[in-house]
Amino acid sequence: MNFSYTLFIPLIPLFVFLFLGILHTKLKPKLAGTIGVLGLSTSTLLSYYTAYKYFFEVGKVDGVYQTFIGAKTTWINFTELLHIDMGVLLDPISIMMLVVVSTISLMVHIYSLGYMKGEAGFNRYYAFLSLFTFSMYGLVIATNIFQMYIFWELVGVSSFLLIGYYYDKPSAVAAAKKAFIVTRFADLGFLIGILILSYYAGTFDFQILNNPQGAIISNGIGASFMGLSVITWALILMFVGGAGKSAMFPLHIWLPDAMEGPTPVSALIHAATMVVAGVYLVARMFPLYYFIDGGFVLQIVAYVGAFTSLFAAIIACTQNDIKRVLAFSTMSQIGYMMLALGVSGYDGHEGLGYMASMFHLFTHAMFKALLFLGAGSVIHAVHSNLMKDMGGLRKYMPITNITFFIAALSISGFPFTSGFFSKDEILSAAFENSKLIYFVGLFVAGLTAFYMFRIYFSIFWGKEKTYKHTPHESPLSMTIPLILLAILSIAPGYIHFSDFISADRGGFEAHLNYPLAITAVVTGLIGILVAYVFYKKENNIPEKVSKTFGAIYTWTYHKFYIDELYLFVTKKIIFNIVSASFAWFDKKVIDDSMIGIGDATINSSEKIKKLQSGKFQDYATWFILGAIALVLYFLYKN
Amino acid sequence: MDILSLFIVAPIITVAALLFAKNLKQSRVISLIGSLVQFAMAINLIFAYLAERATGNTAIMVFTKSAVWFKSLNIRYDVGADGITVFMIVLASIVVLAGVFISWKIKDLPKEFFISLIVLATGVYGFFISLDLFLLFLFFEVAVIPMYLLIGIWGSGPKEKSAMKLTIMLMGASALLLVGILGLYFYSSPDGAYTFNILEIAKVNIPAQVQHYLFPVVFIGFAVIGALFPFHTWSPSGHASAPTAVSMLHAGVLMKLGGYGVFRVAMYLLPIGAMEWSWFFIILSVIGVVYGALAAIKQTDLKYINAYSSVSHLGLVLFALLMLNKTSWNGAILQSLSHGFMTALFFALIGMIYERSHTRDVRELGGLLKVIPFISVIYVIAGLASLGLPGFSGFVAEMTIFVGAFQNVDMFHRVATILGVTVIVITAVYILRAVGMMLMGPVKKEEYYNFPKATWYEKTGIFLLLIPIIIIGTTPLWISDIIMDSIKPFIERML
Repeated sequence: MNFSYTLFIPLIPLFVFLFLGILHTKLKPKLAGTIGVLGLSTSTLLSYYTAYKYFFEVGKVDGVYQTFIGAKTTWINFTELLHIDMGVLLDPISIMMLVVVSTISLMVHIYSLGYMKGEAGFNRYYAFLSLFTFSMYGLVIATNIFQMYIFWELVGVSSFLLIGYYYDKPSAVAAAKKAFIVTRFADLGFLIGILILSYYAGTFDFQILNNPQGAIISNGIGASFMGLSVITWALILMFVGGAGKSAMFPLHIWLPDAMEGPTPVSALIHAATMVVAGVYLVARMFPLYYFIDGGFVLQIVAYVGAFTSLFAAIIACTQNDIKRVLAFSTMSQIGYMMLALGVSGYDGHEGLGYMASMFHLFTHAMFKALLFLGAGSVIHAVHSNLMKDMGGLRKYMPITNITFFIAALSISGFPFTSGFFSKDEILSAAFENSKLIYFVGLFVAGLTAFYMFRIYFSIFWGKEKTYKHTPHESPLSMTIPLILLAILSIAPGYIHFSDFISADRGGFEAHLNYPLAITAVVTGLIGILVAYVFYKKENNIPEKVSKTFGAIYTWTYHKFYIDELYLFVTKKIIFNIVSASFAWFDKKVIDDSMIGIGDATINSSEKIKKLQSGKFQDYATWFILGAIALVLYFLYKN
Repeated sequence: MDILSLFIVAPIITVAALLFAKNLKQSRVISLIGSLVQFAMAINLIFAYLAERATGNTAIMVFTKSAVWFKSLNIRYDVGADGITVFMIVLASIVVLAGVFISWKIKDLPKEFFISLIVLATGVYGFFISLDLFLLFLFFEVAVIPMYLLIGIWGSGPKEKSAMKLTIMLMGASALLLVGILGLYFYSSPDGAYTFNILEIAKVNIPAQVQHYLFPVVFIGFAVIGALFPFHTWSPSGHASAPTAVSMLHAGVLMKLGGYGVFRVAMYLLPIGAMEWSWFFIILSVIGVVYGALAAIKQTDLKYINAYSSVSHLGLVLFALLMLNKTSWNGAILQSLSHGFMTALFFALIGMIYERSHTRDVRELGGLLKVIPFISVIYVIAGLASLGLPGFSGFVAEMTIFVGAFQNVDMFHRVATILGVTVIVITAVYILRAVGMMLMGPVKKEEYYNFPKATWYEKTGIFLLLIPIIIIGTTPLWISDIIMDSIKPFIERML
């Protein structure tokens, strides 16, 4: 099967980026937007066609989905064996990611036509969106771990550029910097992990690394370090990189601040695509994670995921900025995906967690993008991010209201929405593996429903605020993506994901686990009910509750002071103590001692130069003294 | 005339022509023509080199030319080139050309300025092509001495002091180097037929005991100009005082002589000494890498930031050379090229900003993206290149170095490598700090709105430097393959 045309999926946005980037001062915004949307539509169609061709025309060969290499070329040689390739790898998860990235990116491209209208940097914005989409495509279709790392860095910088889009706003600049540096710090782990693989595995290629019968997995431990196989260390370090990108605790601090970027960017990068790259990384190398050292690293993945999902969900309940609530919600949901991967097995039905994680990645992308775009529509109307400035908006913004409601139901796992199905699979997988993780997951499901309906009721119901301008529904360019995404928040639930995506590529039958499903639904409904009582009509219950919890509430509201902790370490310790003392040391000790050597030379020559007095008497004196000294020396020696 | 000697003759003719120039206009046109010719020759050299290799010439050095100079001491005019030389010459010619564009409007003594600049270039070209140690040393001095004049006369701030510090430290290094070269000379033959020719010396086995003493002498002699910790302090103050084009040429090309000399002379002629001493200098170079980057975080003067960044980036060159394997050496050469273009670009941009704002203090600048968008955007791009973003040369070079360094199995090398890798974070911190303070945020002062836009000659200079960064960063395969082939005979000495 020839898939070489897939090369154009990333190349088209790259060309659009170069074109818009170079001509951004010359083009009319309307033209730039059109070019962006058209270019991406082409890539999207190609992605859909590839998915169709791969799953239905080619289908399974020998009972499993095969891996195809659409294109591949050597980028640089390190040694005779070790080299970086650039290419297109097609397998079930990369194709699923192509579909996700294309769909969300296209929706955001269309939505932004309305949302960003009249902005000064409109062309620049579209150029950066294209750059991001190109990099994200490159990441998901990577044929080897180094290619993935390259595009991993590129999505990081696109994220930096888009968060800092309003570059004259100091908070946006700070947020952009923070996002880049925190993820770069995590990437340090990723890079060292790759270096370990470069030596001990001798290859970067996914097909060789991931082969369950291949040398790396079947030869087992190999060299070990501190009781663990070196490959295990590599996997742990690479997971650190993934945790940074996916905002897992404790590397999550950049994500809430990243909401400084324009809202459609938050929907695309910080909700649906880039932040799930960490999940994708683990899924991409799943055979290694599963087989090496008996899945030791997967346990770490599971617990980090579970903890983050709980931690973030608790914080989400107390935030007042709707974008920040959504940001914490994203963290929590990505934690869900991580824990699903962590509890997964490999063969057939045992790989339920793997499938559930990918399934949830897919459904979450749709409903979370919808939530963000809906929030953007609201922010567009009332010119504020804060819940206290909103209320009763359902009358003014019917489409936004209904679509947001659907997305909220979906994320809460309400029956017959897509979120219901994917969440159920995750909980079933967790239940089979670890009761503790299952109960954490269940509790988070309740919290999710609560905070989501807390913002839903506060925005669209509750008491109407006095608005400067009467809010109105957003233009068609914004509402059409909302409607499409609302459909996508329900429909994908009816796809039999387990036919297409499974850890061993063979597919299996997944059934709804009724007792677990009912428990989850009831938990969700309780959450919604509590939110209904608290926020449907303005009342003083929330205030009372927050008072009862007192200190705990304050801690939660301040996100457990993790940011302050980091700030203390970076500002006080690294910047003021380490870096300042190095700068001081350089100036005062090293430079001054070099100058000291120079001064000493001058001083001593200053002293010696008196000998060169030019007076014959002096020279004669020295000559005689010297002669006497020599005579004495030789006399004494003999 | 052979193809390499032209690189010495062409600048000399340019200097001769400059002597007759009457004013700024004439001198810059002459310099421009001269450096354009050199640039064309350099590009031509790549093709000539590839053609020569394609004919099956597998000699270590091609385009060799040999003539007796001082018969009694057997000093010869020996020149030759391999792939590494070719790229170094291309680097030098581009930076010189860009430097001429950047100095388009120089005010004081333009003729003398351009003469010094071109003389410096002559020294650099000569150094790269020399195969005779005496000749190499001579050109080294030719390149270093004009620095004193260029900083002392056209510089700013405490220029005399900076020029003095720089010259004395480099001269001190030269003294060491001379000792090292003489040592090599007297061990170059067992029967008294001494030679300065590098390829000839490589054929005799210098006793291990001698190598043990000679290696550190030669290494430090070269490494001072490559900003080895703790001999780097001439660099920040020297750069801060130097005029723009001189900083560009100095950081971009002259500091590369250090790594190049270490590779060509110290490593090649004293392999046993290198293996013996590498651990010690690895420690120094890793300190330089991390320490330079950490010191850069706290700086407020743009040139100091960039100078410390150079200490860190060039520390990586020495670090990679000391890792003693093919991949890391390839990385060292790539890093030399990459840093040459990047740092020259940085200094060019800093000069442009300084010309408009008359300050280099990042705290006083702000919001420049609004007022001088072109220069600012390029600064952001240069910054991203410097922090090792894929698609630019820095990434290719650093990754090659790290992968190469990690192929050494023992704990010492591994720990050193991991410490070295941390710069990817520290670099991001100081680059983004400067970018955030200076380019982003609100416009600090009302008068900044009156800044003139970038001129055609500024833009030309910028593009000349930016394009190679992107070429190396996006299509590294052909370049690294050429370098790798040229490294082969050198690395074989280590096994």
